[in-house]
Amino acid sequence: MNGALELEMKNISKSFAGVSALEGVDFAVRPGEVHALLGANGAGKSTLMKILSGAYGSDAGTISIGDRRLSIASPADAKAEGIHCVYQEVDTSLVPHLTVAENMMLDRIAAGKGPMWMNWAAIGREAEAVLARIGSRIPVRRRADELTLAEKQIVLIARVLVQEAKYVILDEPTAPLSLEEADRLFGIMDELKRQGIGIVFISHRLPEVKQVSDRITVMRDGKVVLSEPAADVATGDIVRAMLGRSFEEEYPKTTVPIGETLFEVEDIAAGHRVRGVNLTVRRGEIVAVVGLVGAGKTELSRLLFGADPAERGTVRIAGRTANAASPADAVRAGIALVPEERRKEGILVGSSVLHNLSLPILRQLSRIGFISKPAERGHAEDMIGRLGIRTASSGQPTGFLSGGNQQKVAIGKWMATDAEVFLFDEPTKGVDVGAKRDIFRIIGELAGAGKGVLYLTCEFAEALGLADRILVMCDGAIVKSFDRGDVTMEELLYYASAGKEDLA
Amino acid sequence: MNNRLLQFSYKYGALLFIGLVVVFFSLNNEYFFTSSNLLDILRSISILTFVAIGVTISLTVDGFDLSVGSTVSLTTVATATMMIWYEMPLAVVLIAPLVIGAAVGLLNAFLIVKVRIPDLLATLAVMYIVSGIHKTYTKGYSIYNNMQFQDGTKAPGVMNPDFLWIGQGKLFGIPFPVILMVLAVVGAHIFLKYTRFGRQATMTGGNEEAARLSGVRVRRVRTWAYIASGVFASIGGILYTARVGSGQIDAGAPMLMDAVAAVFVGYSVFGAGRPNIIGTFVGAVLTGILINGLTMLHVQYYTTDIIKGAVLVLALTVTFVHLSRRKA
Repeated sequence: MNGALELEMKNISKSFAGVSALEGVDFAVRPGEVHALLGANGAGKSTLMKILSGAYGSDAGTISIGDRRLSIASPADAKAEGIHCVYQEVDTSLVPHLTVAENMMLDRIAAGKGPMWMNWAAIGREAEAVLARIGSRIPVRRRADELTLAEKQIVLIARVLVQEAKYVILDEPTAPLSLEEADRLFGIMDELKRQGIGIVFISHRLPEVKQVSDRITVMRDGKVVLSEPAADVATGDIVRAMLGRSFEEEYPKTTVPIGETLFEVEDIAAGHRVRGVNLTVRRGEIVAVVGLVGAGKTELSRLLFGADPAERGTVRIAGRTANAASPADAVRAGIALVPEERRKEGILVGSSVLHNLSLPILRQLSRIGFISKPAERGHAEDMIGRLGIRTASSGQPTGFLSGGNQQKVAIGKWMATDAEVFLFDEPTKGVDVGAKRDIFRIIGELAGAGKGVLYLTCEFAEALGLADRILVMCDGAIVKSFDRGDVTMEELLYYASAGKEDLA
Repeated sequence: MNNRLLQFSYKYGALLFIGLVVVFFSLNNEYFFTSSNLLDILRSISILTFVAIGVTISLTVDGFDLSVGSTVSLTTVATATMMIWYEMPLAVVLIAPLVIGAAVGLLNAFLIVKVRIPDLLATLAVMYIVSGIHKTYTKGYSIYNNMQFQDGTKAPGVMNPDFLWIGQGKLFGIPFPVILMVLAVVGAHIFLKYTRFGRQATMTGGNEEAARLSGVRVRRVRTWAYIASGVFASIGGILYTARVGSGQIDAGAPMLMDAVAAVFVGYSVFGAGRPNIIGTFVGAVLTGILINGLTMLHVQYYTTDIIKGAVLVLALTVTFVHLSRRKA
């Protein structure tokens, strides 16, 4: 369409607390174009998009449409310029008990513009017309909480159209969708293009990126490392650009004799997030399950731990069936989970380090039901020393500790249990480098003590550094298995984003 | 300085306030600060304290038991009819209400833990059901010795004097209900603070999902908490019957709100910021002191509610101003 109306970000820089997140980034999207923005976790793409949509301010750089400089200081400013973002968390953006039409018109109703009386019939007609523009026939009187996830996404897209969006940021819209649903979404994106709307498309699934995008920009470490027309780049180039020359992190990997099979999972499944997973972990072995965000790793760990009910499948520990109906059963069977949502699920932030560390082993620490204070304190002091937990005292509320030290508490509470199998779900999320190293050391010690470790992560480098075996998870299933040293990060990323198809 | 003052008022404000109230009443009435009056105050709050302990336990697991008042009413008439209508032996008279209290707790737990109705709503519904049962059971009449039925016949039994001693007797010059109350407060405090179950209950109340993922059987813990709440309310009912010597209809109705108030005043004691037994006891004591002292000053009964409400507002203000600052 009209190149003069290009939305252009120039020389954008941003740092958080002295740490640089973006350095001189240029990015542009034209009306009627899909521009894919790619990058590994932490590459800076969300920061960049948050600046564009007004959630953050930038330290330096300009944003303009054509020749006109924009000043975007808030999400409202961005919306006034026709720049809208459809976030991944569709559920938080819709009001569940309102209808589709009401949700679509929400911003207008909230703005208090227009007549005082609501003309529901007219609003319904208008909503239908907007949905028809993108070829959707969702009934506008249906309540938002009765929609499928894919339909909710469409409603959100329709909502930005109601607000006369000119540029739309789609932040990983396909992550929770099935392939058919994703295809329907691409149809809608085509329709938007035809109507002259510029789309920034963020996704981890490379094949679909190649399929729907006009241009591809890859970011790494806060900089743009590749920006080409989609037709000119191969998938392999994109992967290499995303990973770059990965600096070697230190993994204190010690060789541990690997024993007999300890943990066997057969065909465990629940819903569409976990579709029949098989895996085994042997004594002393660290098995990593890698996958992108949304691959079903967290769901898998919760099934194994009995936190959510499984539809089918068996779990065995040392040959004994250990299907857990509740976490308490799992603990009794010898399974421990360090969950991803540390502050909500891993620890009790309001309770002291002491109480957190003793919770799973109160039975060991008490006599005829009474908790022995000296035993409890002794146990806590011992763990604080062994794991290097930095806290003023064992009586400190755990919420006051740094992320890494909270994680050590979440791990430490299991150390004195009889657990044989340790499940770690993204244990290094939000953890500083020093604490990371401590956590790797602790995991190594567990393996050394003959425990089995299942390490679920989206950080491929960690899996390569720590694991004896790496399983790649994609769309709820294990698609590949590799022994230590037999796989590169490129291959992991390829299978995690493309699934089973072999590398071309 | 300002901050330290706030800290101080948060921790010791409630106790300081009670001290001031006591001094004020003592200066205005020479009889107020005598041992017999102070024991009277304690005796007057003994039933309330039992009910409030139950509410404290339900709040500890992050629940809320609104049915305790009705449970007091039901167990009061149950206790009285056991003696007056059916002439049961003392053991049955004491055990039956405890079973009833436990059953109400179990019903609450079933609705909350199994059916997953929010605590407040489930216990509200049960409050109505239990209250209706107690009135249906007695046809709306209070139960007293040899009461006359509608058909002209008389009830066969009278209150057992041994039973009445529980509510009216003294041991070493101290009213027996006061002794029971102190035992219950100390027992419940030790239980919640030093036992495995108590810790699991506190942790469940702190963050149910995190406790569950630590292997705590949170549904079981919550079930027991509601049973305990029902049993404490039923002890309150037994004491009530023994105290007044009859089974009054709707005896427990005003007790729910007094108990809830005591528990929330308790949040501010020693800066706990959450349900705790000692705080609840202090809250109950404050209630007793206020009613006793104001009555001596010839303040009308209705007017004391204004003051009770104001005190609750004060305690809640101290607690929540502090809690929101701590978060910030």
